[in-house]
Amino acid sequence: MNIVVLVKQVPDTAAERTLSEADHTLDRENADLVLDEINERAAEEALMLKETVGAEVTVVSMGPGSALDAIRKVLAMGADRGIHICDDRLRGTDVVTTAKVLAAAVRTVEDVDLVLAGNATTDGQASAVPAIVADLLGLPQLTHARELTVDAGRVRAEREAENGEATLDAPLPALVSVTEKINEPRYPSFKGIMAAKRKPVETVDLDDLFPDVDDTGLLVSRTHVMEAVPRPARAAGIRVTDDGSAGRRLVDYLIAQKLV
Amino acid sequence: MPDVLVLVDHDGERVHKSTYELLTAARRLGDPAAVVVEPPGTAARLKEALARHGATSVYAAESPEAGEFLSTPAVDALELAVREVSPAAVLVSATTDGKEVAGRLAARLDAGLLVDAVDLDSSGVATQVVFGGSYTVRSQVTHGLPVIAVRPGSFESEERPVEAGERQLALPPVDRAASARITARRAVLAGDRPELTEATVVVSGGRGVAGADGFKVVEELADALRGAVGASRAAVDAGYYPHQYQVGQTGKSVSPQLYIALGISGAIQHLAGMRTSKTIVAVNKDPEAPILELADYAVVGDLFAVAPQLAQEVAARREAG
Repeated sequence: MNIVVLVKQVPDTAAERTLSEADHTLDRENADLVLDEINERAAEEALMLKETVGAEVTVVSMGPGSALDAIRKVLAMGADRGIHICDDRLRGTDVVTTAKVLAAAVRTVEDVDLVLAGNATTDGQASAVPAIVADLLGLPQLTHARELTVDAGRVRAEREAENGEATLDAPLPALVSVTEKINEPRYPSFKGIMAAKRKPVETVDLDDLFPDVDDTGLLVSRTHVMEAVPRPARAAGIRVTDDGSAGRRLVDYLIAQKLV
Repeated sequence: MPDVLVLVDHDGERVHKSTYELLTAARRLGDPAAVVVEPPGTAARLKEALARHGATSVYAAESPEAGEFLSTPAVDALELAVREVSPAAVLVSATTDGKEVAGRLAARLDAGLLVDAVDLDSSGVATQVVFGGSYTVRSQVTHGLPVIAVRPGSFESEERPVEAGERQLALPPVDRAASARITARRAVLAGDRPELTEATVVVSGGRGVAGADGFKVVEELADALRGAVGASRAAVDAGYYPHQYQVGQTGKSVSPQLYIALGISGAIQHLAGMRTSKTIVAVNKDPEAPILELADYAVVGDLFAVAPQLAQEVAARREAG
């Protein structure tokens, strides 16, 4: 079985994140960049399938030079090879173009049975890229899976969304995005880290992925950020220490604010 | 006025409130036209409610298998409707399903996609709040049709009765090799409480609630305030409360009128999911808890004393009138 895992390097959510003033894109220089934690679980799911049913696992990431660290981490966990999509023209790219580029990279891998991704990255949170990649590749989307079974050419997933849970079933090849509930990702071993250095990583750019396309058509940005303003910090409000009446006093405040 | 297509969220019997909000948002750009994707026969049930909220047209994309496959029928229906009526924009709710439908539609139409809009002006400029409320961004679609996913709760739902025209859209058969079949559904058991992302009041518990039993205090306060219950990641990870109620970076983003945080320290992870709430109240024993710094009303104290007193007092004041 051939599995492709889509991963992204993102700023650590445990730290403040900022946008650059010049073009409203993520300020990477001042961010602590990590492999997105939900993507890490997608990688873990791929590696578990590799162990149980046998699979060749290719990890794909789009991003600047530093994204190679995210790829190496998944290789250290046990993936077999990497594809790094690196092109300055992709800076600040929108959701749809991102999905088109990722889909094109998946197409370079032969006979893909399963594409795995995280259900959302913690920076963009559009939570739409996996579904778009599925649509572009003509694959069924089994998104927001907290449980995944692959058996006899079919894939089944337990989907969890705000309107309830559902069981999904589709033939392979398919795309599955996982939630953070699906597993606990392994830590790369020292041996894995050493082995990862020797695993092949192919670096591709837009000309490699779209050899026949005039790049102006592909790269035209369909959305434009006109303005990005940091929201003012919330000023500290009223502060009381409970003397046994805080609950009663709080009601007066809520009534004054017309909240009760 | 050009049509603005609105994808209708419904359960077969009832139109969801988020759809009425979309109809309000759509009026800023043109004539709201509702697209209903459903098994045959249900359009009639929903049409009156849609017209009452301002839908000037109702497009019924009916197919027996419409409810059997994930997302694909809705994407197909909107694609069909767009090609037939050339709308000024397409609006969907920025729910889990809605964002995926919007994305797939935008890719098929080579359209411009804006996700999680909290406001929209008459020229189609959308306001978004990013990085868990630390930035306000204003964006515009510059090429192609605007496809905009609007965050539930951002617009007021208004009654605006109109006569609605009706039209059938012939949905193509679902491509089984490219679609996931829904073989079972389980509704999330929320009881009588409002849905977390739609609630005007949210009461959340954190590690300070100290156990699954302790969440009764959180639930009782939520019920007194007719709100929804949320939980921090720490509380969910500790097994105090189910994952679907997690508020935060990897959980749900909420933006209610009133957010009450009980025993939550205020890790950045959690703040990202609730920082845009209009009024924030926090109760925590630890005077150093970061959430107390951004609360509009911070109580340093024991949540097991403060929350029940607050719940009782709210009930008493309601009874008094």
